[in-house]
Parts: sequence; structure tokens; C-alpha cells
Amino acid sequence: MVLNPVVIFLVSLVFPGVVARTKAKIVGRKGAPVVQPFFDNIRLFQKGNVYSQTTSWIFQIAPVIYFSTIFMAMLFIPLGKQPALLSFEGDFVVFAYLLAFGKFMMIAAAMDTGSGFEGMGANREAFYSLLVEPAFFIVIASMALLTNHTSFYNLFNNLHLESELSYLIAVLSVYIFLWIAMIENSRLPVDDPKTHLELTMVHEVMVLDYSGFDLALIQLANGIKFAIYGALIFNFVLPMQDYFVAQLVIFFVVQLLFAISVGALESFKARNKMAKNPQWILSLSALAILGFLSVLIITGKIILMD
Amino acid sequence: MGSENKKYAVLKNNGSVGTAEIPVLSYNEFSSEVVTLLQKKENHCVTYFAFPEVNGLKFIAGIAEDTNHNIFVLSHFLPETKPQKLESLTPKINALHIFEREIHETHGVDFPGHPWLKPVRFAHNRANKSMKVNDYPFYTIESDELHEVGVGPVHAGIIEPGHFRFICNGENVLHLEIQLGWQHRGVEQTMLEKQTLLQRNIVAESVAGDTTIGHSLAFAGVMESLAGIEIKTQLDVERAVALELERIAVHTADISSLCTDVAYNLGANIFGILRTLIINFTQSWCGNRLGKSMIRVGGTNFPFTNENRIRLFKTLSEYEKQFVELAHLTYRLPSVENRFDDIGTVSEQQALQIGTVGMAARMANVLRDIRATHPSPAYEKYNYTPVVLPKGDVFSRFLLRRKEIKQSIAWLREVMDNEEFLFPSDTPKAELKLKPLSLAISLVEGWRGEICHTALTGNEGKLAYYKIKDPSMHNWKALELSLRNLEISDFPINNKSYNLSYCGFDL
Repeated sequence: MVLNPVVIFLVSLVFPGVVARTKAKIVGRKGAPVVQPFFDNIRLFQKGNVYSQTTSWIFQIAPVIYFSTIFMAMLFIPLGKQPALLSFEGDFVVFAYLLAFGKFMMIAAAMDTGSGFEGMGANREAFYSLLVEPAFFIVIASMALLTNHTSFYNLFNNLHLESELSYLIAVLSVYIFLWIAMIENSRLPVDDPKTHLELTMVHEVMVLDYSGFDLALIQLANGIKFAIYGALIFNFVLPMQDYFVAQLVIFFVVQLLFAISVGALESFKARNKMAKNPQWILSLSALAILGFLSVLIITGKIILMD
Repeated sequence: MGSENKKYAVLKNNGSVGTAEIPVLSYNEFSSEVVTLLQKKENHCVTYFAFPEVNGLKFIAGIAEDTNHNIFVLSHFLPETKPQKLESLTPKINALHIFEREIHETHGVDFPGHPWLKPVRFAHNRANKSMKVNDYPFYTIESDELHEVGVGPVHAGIIEPGHFRFICNGENVLHLEIQLGWQHRGVEQTMLEKQTLLQRNIVAESVAGDTTIGHSLAFAGVMESLAGIEIKTQLDVERAVALELERIAVHTADISSLCTDVAYNLGANIFGILRTLIINFTQSWCGNRLGKSMIRVGGTNFPFTNENRIRLFKTLSEYEKQFVELAHLTYRLPSVENRFDDIGTVSEQQALQIGTVGMAARMANVLRDIRATHPSPAYEKYNYTPVVLPKGDVFSRFLLRRKEIKQSIAWLREVMDNEEFLFPSDTPKAELKLKPLSLAISLVEGWRGEICHTALTGNEGKLAYYKIKDPSMHNWKALELSLRNLEISDFPINNKSYNLSYCGFDL
């Protein structure tokens, strides 16, 4: 139980590094060591903060809240047979809104700087989060309907017991979750974490004014967020293992594959046009509804007539 | 045309003429002649400036006729005693707006009828010294629903300083205004102050760092013409080879940067690597990757040898093999096409109206290519067929680079196959004796477009005035027009797709 957050946290330290390394390898560069982002964070933690004079306490408190919400959300994640530290019926709603609350604080902080750029980024981030929310809930609701449980642990543990068809739903859910993870973590095709062009940034521009300790907190939290989604994907795909060690190994492999596929996706694809993002994000919800309908059919809630 | 009603002197590219042979017209005649000439589609204004003479200002306009390789030079004299006020030509010929603004800024001449005589670059020698760069009069729209976004002059990326002000309705841009001049160094003034030829040559190389060959070629053209030096065709071919190499290198780098801006990792890195092949060849030829010290007046220190020819063949084959393969992948990738397609469109009519030159014109179906319309001996010997694309959007500018690279390689191959680099070219001249009281104009098609250098000599053959016109001068306007009704997030790729020069404009 206590181990879940620990392994997720460990993964989160190297996750951004693996993504960056993959991108470097694909184009024939050597790339930085996978622990480089971790070292960067240590360096940043030792530095002081610089605050703009136009900002208020909201700006200063936001990174801590952002980090703590994500840290708390991490406690809701089960790993296979290992139940989550916090688990109760309906916990996925708390999970989703914990993440949303952290994001809300970051948006408020970005507005607090009074910078034209950051307001723009905040506006985009709020809009995209709003659009991606239905997809997340519809996917989890389909699972809940299929399993008759509403906590992450029970949901995942009962997922593959009910019906063979659940694998189909799982594949669809993984696909949707992969993209939700990309959107929530401000990666391609919606956002580009590496860009230096303020006018095209979404998440990056919101944290432009942060430095030192606060920046390290934000980056650490971003890593954890990625690892959380990796853990959720792991839970979707794999039937429960009775052996703890096997389960752990599979967990790391899934996370590694997830990080590599993020790197690969970002190498062979260009970004979306900003105007096309909303449509693209909504298509995920459409897919999720497709999954939901399938579940309705599987569970006999809808009976198809000849 | 009889000499009695002769209104202008006729020159060829890299030609010179005695200032006495340029008829000095009254402003009425001057303006009607300029307007008549510029209303013809085959003519466009390559330069228009004023410079102080005894008791007044002398105006010189250079108009290039694309069909017959001619350059018409018109002039007008405005005495000090008369009011410094001339009716503006901009309402009739829009493309002249920037020249009139420049004359207004430097000499304080008023142009009634000009829509807005904004400062161009806050030159040190401007007429109105009380106006500072912070007093720039921006266009504003009063509304509760609109907001302004200001970017620069300090940027996050490695670009030069320029201030961009957007008037936006949400994500949509209604209007973009570009304020430049942050990098004004007084190049034209330095050109006169420096006394030795080598110093001036180095100044010319530094007008715009990415167009070293282009600008130094134009400088050499002007100087050789004024000194009456006839260079061998072989030397001109060598110079053109350098010019095309510069074009290939910068175009490749631009394709890479465009990939970076849309986060296409593979293209961004591999095209960047490919550029190195070309600039490394330039380095092995003249010792500098950007081609500094390559172009010298009257000769060269780095003759193109047969050994160079063999190596260039090898470099080109290696480059082309990889370039074609990767371009094939990149230009067909749906996400890349989708990102570039149908945004930032400039229509053919707009491009003509604002007087775009070079790539910014050719991507919008306007043929402006000095290599074809005012060729130097090298391009007369080996013809170059310009690439023109019809659409005028970001994808056109992206595609134009690929096609021009292909065209340049083909041209280089033709030269390598047919030209015999038998005799090493002359060594450069250390000093020149310039013809007194003369004017020379040189046009060069740099990778960005038409570069125009004009020089005038005084009584004893001393340089009296030097005028540089970078292609960016007109083309910045095209970027402003591209942004109309576009999303603000599309600005960076539009900016990159033009890749205009800040320092070339600021001088």
C-alpha cells in the first residue's frame, strides 16, 4: 500500500528524462542522461525564488498547492493487487478534481502576474482542461458500469473478471488515456513543451515567471502527473498478478514503454493548429462515448433488435 | 527616345553613369514620370532616397524594368530655400511608402498625402532628434473587447530584436504592427567614414550576417563599376556559386526552423545537420562558414579550383540524397501539411501593391528574381529559371524553399559540368580609383530577395553617398498583412516562414 506512491514517485523522477532521451535517440543525437531532469530539479531546489512586484500571495502559494494536489492524487492510485493508500467508493471523482484544483491554482497564479502572455496561456489551459474532462469521466464511468464499482481499486480489480469483451474496452480506454495524459501534461499535439515561442505556448507560458524552488516543485509535479497516468494505463491493460515482484516488473516496463511512446509520438508528428485543438480534444470524448455504448450493450442495458 | 525629352538615365545591372547625365527634373515631372513608370507591371522601384548636396537635397529613384534588363535612374533637386514639402507618391504607388518614410525621417521632408509618416528605424542622423524610440506612434483601436499583446524587442529565442504589437480579439489578430530600428548601427554612414576598401568590404559583409555573400556581392558590383574594372566571367561564376551555396544553406536552416516551430522533431534536427554539409564546404573553400572574406573587389583570395569542384560534387550528392529523402517524408506528413496549409496568405495583388521582392514575391505568384530579370554575367551564361508558386500561404513559403534548393543544385551541377576553372582569378585590388561624379547601382538576388546597393562619388572620386536596400525593407509589410485575421499562435511560423532580416532593415 505504502509502496504504490513510492514506486510512482521513483518513476516520475526519470520519466521526463526517458522521453527526452527517446526524442534525442530518434534523431540521432546522444541526448542527456535520463536522470538529468532530476538533477536539474535538485539544482533548482537549492535556489531562491524571484517574485515579480505585480504578483500577490496567490502566485506564491500556487506551486505548493499544485504539487500537493498532484501528490495527493497519486495516493489514490492502486497498483494491481496492491490497494491504494486512499480508497473509497467514488474516489475517482476526488482524484479528477484534485488535479483540476491544482490546475485552477496555476491558472489563477498565471492571471496574477498580469502578463499578456500568461493570461493567454491560462485561457488556453482552462479551455483545454474543460474539453478533456468529459473524456476522462466517460471512460471511468464505462468501467464503473461494467464492474459495478466506483473506486479505482475495485474497478480495476474487477475489470477483466466480468467479460472477455472488457479487453476491447481496455484497449480503447488506454488509447484515450494516452492522449488525455498528453493533453494534461501539455505535450504534443496540443502543446509543445520545448518551444521558445511564447505566443504558441500553453502550459510553459503559465510558468514563465516561476524560478528556483517553485519551478522545481512544478516540474516535479509534472513528472508525477505523467507517472500517475502511466500507472492508470498499467492498471487498464494488465490482469492482476498474484506475484508482487512480477507485478512490479510489469509496472516498470509499462511505464518505460509509455515514456518511449510519448517520445516517439513527439518525434514523428507536428503540432496541431491551435484552432483545431478543441475539435481534436472533443474527438476523444466521442471515442469515449463509443466505449460507453459498447459497455451498455455488453451489460445488456441496451438490447440490439434485429 | 530623343535627348531633348529624355527624363531619366538608363543603366544595366552593375552599371554606372555620370551624375551629370541624369536629368534633374522638377518635382512635378519627376513624380509623374515615376508614377507612369511604376504603373507598368514589369517595373518596380529598387531604390528611392535623398541625400544632401550643396544648397539642398538630391532625390534619386531607381526603377528596374524586368523585361529588358534596364534600370531607369531619375532625379530631382529640392533647394533649401523652398519649403521642405513634396506631394506624396504613396497614394498612387503604395510600395513607395517606406522610402518616403525613410526620407522623411532622415531629412525632415514632409510628404502631404502620405497616410502616416512613421519613423522607420530611429537613425542616429534622423532629422527630428527629440523623438526617441519609446515615442513610436503605434496604431491603436479603442474597444473594451480588444486587447494588445506586445512581443519583444527582447525575445525568448535566438532572434534579433524587433517589437511586434498585436491588436487581438481573443485569439484572433486584427492588426499587427512591427516596430524595428533596435539594431540600427549606422552602416551607410560607416561605409563613408571608413577609408580603405577592405574596411568597407567588411562593413558590407556585416550588413546582414545571414546574407554575407549577397551584400558583399552587391558592394563589389558597385565598386567595380565605379572603378571601371571588368571582371572575368569565370570570377562572376565563382561568386554566383558562393551565392547559391548561401541560398541552399539558409533555406535548409529555415526548413529546419519551421519544423522546430511546429514541433516536428525529426525534421528540425536532420535538416539542421544537412545545413552543416553546405556551410562546411564554404568553410573549406574560404575559411569561413558564412562566406566572410570570400567576396573581394576586383578579384578573389580564394579561387575556385578543380579540387573544389570535385569536392562540391561530392558534397552536393551527399546533401541531395539525404535532403530528398527527408523532404519527401516531411512535406507529405499530414500533421505538417495541416499546420502550414492555408494560413498567412498574401494575395498576388497585395504582394504587388506593397512591392514585395524575392521569395516573398515568388510565393505569391509574382516573378521577382534578379537572376532572371537583371542577370549578372554568370546567370547570363548559365540561365536560371525562377520558381514561382501561386498560393501565398505559409506552406507556399515552406515549399518554395524546397523547390529553390532543388533548382540551385541543378544550376550548380550545370556550372560544374560546363565551366572550366582553368585560370586562377586575379587577386583583389587593394585600392581603387573611383570615377568622379558618378552613380552605380548593383542588384543581387540574395537568398531573401533583391539586394540593391547604390553608390555616388563626389568631385575627386571620393565616395559621397552609399545607399543599401535590403529585401526586408518591403517584405516586413507582407508579414503584417499575413497576420490579419489569423490566430496569434500562428505568428511564429509566419515570421519564420519569411525569416526577414532585422539588421538588414535597421542598417
